[in-house]
Amino acid sequence: MADTIARRRPPAHVKYVEWAIEGLVRLCGVSAIVFILAIFVFIGKEGLVFLAEHVGGMLTSTDWGPTNEPAMYGILALVAGTLWCVGLSLILSVPMGLAAAVYLAEFAPEGRREFLKIVVELLAAIPSVVWGFIGVMILNPLLQWMGAPVGLNGLNGAIVLALMTLPLLVSLGEDSLRAVPESYRQAAIAMGATKWEMVWRVLLPAARRGLLVAVLLGVGRCVGETMAVLMVTGHSVRIPDGLYSPVRTLTATIAAELGEAVRGGEHYQALFALGILLFFVTFLVNLAADTVVRERKLQ
Amino acid sequence: MSQDLVAAPSGAAPARVRGLSLWYGTFRALDRVTLDVAPGEILSMIGPSGCGKSTLLRCFNRMNEQSYVRMEGDLEVAGYDVMSRSTDSLALRRDVGMVFQRPNPLPISIRENVLFGLRLHAPKTPRSVAEGMMESALQQVALWELVKDKLDRDAESLSLEARQKLCIARLLPLKPKVLLFDEPCSALDPDGTAAVEELMDEMRGTFTQVVVTHNMQQARRVSDRCVFMLMGELVEVAPTAELFTHPKDERTAKYIEGRYG
Repeated sequence: MADTIARRRPPAHVKYVEWAIEGLVRLCGVSAIVFILAIFVFIGKEGLVFLAEHVGGMLTSTDWGPTNEPAMYGILALVAGTLWCVGLSLILSVPMGLAAAVYLAEFAPEGRREFLKIVVELLAAIPSVVWGFIGVMILNPLLQWMGAPVGLNGLNGAIVLALMTLPLLVSLGEDSLRAVPESYRQAAIAMGATKWEMVWRVLLPAARRGLLVAVLLGVGRCVGETMAVLMVTGHSVRIPDGLYSPVRTLTATIAAELGEAVRGGEHYQALFALGILLFFVTFLVNLAADTVVRERKLQ
Repeated sequence: MSQDLVAAPSGAAPARVRGLSLWYGTFRALDRVTLDVAPGEILSMIGPSGCGKSTLLRCFNRMNEQSYVRMEGDLEVAGYDVMSRSTDSLALRRDVGMVFQRPNPLPISIRENVLFGLRLHAPKTPRSVAEGMMESALQQVALWELVKDKLDRDAESLSLEARQKLCIARLLPLKPKVLLFDEPCSALDPDGTAAVEELMDEMRGTFTQVVVTHNMQQARRVSDRCVFMLMGELVEVAPTAELFTHPKDERTAKYIEGRYG
């Protein structure tokens, strides 16, 4: 029997099929790299020259007025707007997301957990523009009712971003909590810990890397988010000076102005320079997350 | 039933089991077990896989509290009525420590592992007192010399043997009355096994120790008395030497001769 298996020879055409499939797979892999490099080149070509010329002015001024005479390219207010929204949204989403993750991983009964996970994943499937609607139609009047002069402001953007990142935080957080070995739980319980003491003193420290990765990916998502933020933040270029201050982010600026900028002109190039900056920031955040993951694997 | 009770030495029994039965769903894992554990002794429990020895051990500190477990009978451990609803599981587990099959130090520093019990049960212990308790616990398990310069290192950087010793050390600051060992050496090499057995021997008299083991030779080496279980039933309990040389029950004889299990 073993003999016949060893002697079985594939028909000749199989070799070519194998060869073709291997070629196809290789092509797919290589093209992914090529596309990414192409994006680098494309954005870099439009923006790098401008960046090199104006970087000093961009980083020292808060005035963004590319259509003014003379044009102003200060990005500090835009950067501040982005950081403001991202920071506020993290303050809202991290405690809530981690608490939800702990509940799902440790406290919810099996059936309820499955149900809630589906709901959370549905939340992740809501398109960003729909979140924009929610910000405009629901949060806008709500914030005005709470006393904001303008309902479309940085806080509105932060709430929308928090809701958008919540699914990511919850599902990644839950995964990393459930990946904590059962033996740790047993050890803590057998020592006489309550369930909450076990979560607080054992599970959270044990899962900290995974939780950090979840937060970092959430940051990356917030920094890059465009459409919802464009719709709800009030679109006002300024350093935020209060909770209800309207702001404008880097992404919203690009999305709003690219259509009207003259192709190849200075304004157009300035927007690409913003793109390079964003790319750089999200790259750093993802790199940080990746480093954390790698360290965890090494352990 | 053939469970002739060997009279426990004088003093209150650290564990007193009377007609204890346990069901996992409809499967009967313990069948009317009656047993007394004597103060300061090392009691081993042997028997083939699935005989209920681990299940019995885990009853002692309520580690099988799942919803599908049903129990009947009387069980008293370290003065706690384990079967009573009003008994505090946390206090029971404070006084009845458990060592697991795979060393499971917590993913925190060596120091915090030893102090973990105090953090839970006596958070107001002054720092200097806690440090002293930590040192003497580590001394007692012969780890102090090895770890005194790296107390803040992750406990998982230690060898398996040292980790298992650490798991024993972390029980000591709480001054437990009973120590439960669930196959404490099955993940260790012969040297590690010898070290843990030596430790158990040193603690003889100080703590009451109950050891579940797959390893008949280990039971023979470390324990004062030995329990043989089969299919949820306590077949025989006797001084270890006697059980291995003159088993009363034919099933015990067959098992220790290696005819099954």
